[in-house]
Amino acid sequence: MKKAIVTVLGKDQVGIIAKVCMYLADKNANVLEISQTIIKGYFDMLMIIDITKCSCSPGELAGGLKELGENIGLSINFQREEIFESMHRI
Amino acid sequence: MITISEARKTNEMIREENLDVRTITMGINILDCADESTEKFCAKVYDKITKKAEHLVKTGDEIAVEFGVPVVNKRISVTPVAIAAAACKCENYVKIAEALDKAAKEVGVDFIGGFSALVQKGESESDRKLMDSIPEALASTDIVCSSVNLGASRSGIDMDAVRRMGGVVKETAYLTRDKDSLGCAKLVVFCNAVEDNPFMAGAFHGVGERECTINVGVSGPGVVKRALEEVHGADFETLCETVKKTAFKITRVGQLVAREASQRLGVPFGIIDLSLAPTPAVGDSVAEILQEMGLEYAGAPGTTAALAILNDNVKKGGVMASSYVGGLSGAFIPVSEDHGMIESVEAGALTLDKLEAMTCVCSVGLDMIAIPGDTSAETISGIIADEMAIGMVNNKTTAVRIIPVYGKEAGDTVTFGGLLGYAPVMPVNRFSCAAFINRGGRIPAPIHSFKN
Repeated sequence: MKKAIVTVLGKDQVGIIAKVCMYLADKNANVLEISQTIIKGYFDMLMIIDITKCSCSPGELAGGLKELGENIGLSINFQREEIFESMHRI
Repeated sequence: MITISEARKTNEMIREENLDVRTITMGINILDCADESTEKFCAKVYDKITKKAEHLVKTGDEIAVEFGVPVVNKRISVTPVAIAAAACKCENYVKIAEALDKAAKEVGVDFIGGFSALVQKGESESDRKLMDSIPEALASTDIVCSSVNLGASRSGIDMDAVRRMGGVVKETAYLTRDKDSLGCAKLVVFCNAVEDNPFMAGAFHGVGERECTINVGVSGPGVVKRALEEVHGADFETLCETVKKTAFKITRVGQLVAREASQRLGVPFGIIDLSLAPTPAVGDSVAEILQEMGLEYAGAPGTTAALAILNDNVKKGGVMASSYVGGLSGAFIPVSEDHGMIESVEAGALTLDKLEAMTCVCSVGLDMIAIPGDTSAETISGIIADEMAIGMVNNKTTAVRIIPVYGKEAGDTVTFGGLLGYAPVMPVNRFSCAAFINRGGRIPAPIHSFKN
């Protein structure tokens, strides 16, 4: 399984999770786990997703999510899971 | 599976603590470009570099996007030009530097290193031509870096070359005087230079290296500082363990990036250089780590010990995290590139003499230090000779990258811009060493070099 982490940060608004999940579903990326909180009106979400059957390359997905974030005034970042695995697992 | 809290920790390091991969450096062998005609040599070098490194920048950027970690610089190092160009029938090598500059700009890298000579035991005709070409070469190019190895623990120090390089540094400062002598920021002299260093200005592709190789330099002083803040005031065991663990994590990121870059470019992975390389940004400073260890400023008594601890534990933590470690690996202590170091100089805590002591235990040497423009060539050679002696006797790499800023005096400030930062001009000991430097000849290999 190829996994990735998506982080979403910014001012809270209606429909953030819906928009991000819609986009991911459209690219055939499966959401595995979500951690989400609101700190002083700021939305902070971290998702672990499965991109094994994703219809586009990781680079394209990263670009698409970034663009989506810019459109709705949020910072959305994509990272392949290997960077976390490398750092935290021997 | 990775946990949410681990993912958050990594991202804190990247976003708030300036964790980055400082450089992916492609080393390219240019020995096969040798030709009697300088024009043909330059054309072959240009073709080889632009072909081999065609996708280097794009690949670095793609990796940065996919893993969400900045890859700050993409660079190239080539075989020392004094060796590769030895067959060229020409008076100087300025045209070759210009060809390197052009090729590097064509592929979009930040710097290209290897306008270099290795003269630890004496100069060849080609070495002399290269050294004499350095001032003009650095003045007429933008992103070419030059280095000269003047000494080695196995062979001693070539004092004729030390004398020559004092003059070369001065002339480079003069020829780039309209840019605050910036040329000198692209020139470094070494003792015990390493063949796989990915960092500038001293990167070159050693003759013992493969045809082409990927070397990666990691960084992250901010991450180490933050980790130490969390164990504020703890004893030395805790301090050392914290640095080790943090260096391990930082290096793992470098190893991942190096492996990916190597695979995507189809070029073998060389080494990871585990250096803590500061930038002028607040929170990305080696001096701040020393302060967090308990020093009011870098330069206070205890600084050398604190730096020794840092350097040693960065190596200990990093070595296990990568399959091949090399380069300079340790903590860099440049002045202009580290805002904590600049503050320490401005506060009067850090002097050139203390910096010299610190170079006995840091990963390299005197780095990015601005000195008055009227400092004599012999005095610069004297500073170089001291630094070379430290490296030779202690079996470590030492270096001098010093900028006698034309027209500036001690107390003035000079701005180099970008990662090179800004620096207060530091006073230099005014007593003469001219008679010592002008003796000529070379210093024999030290006694502990006879290990066979």
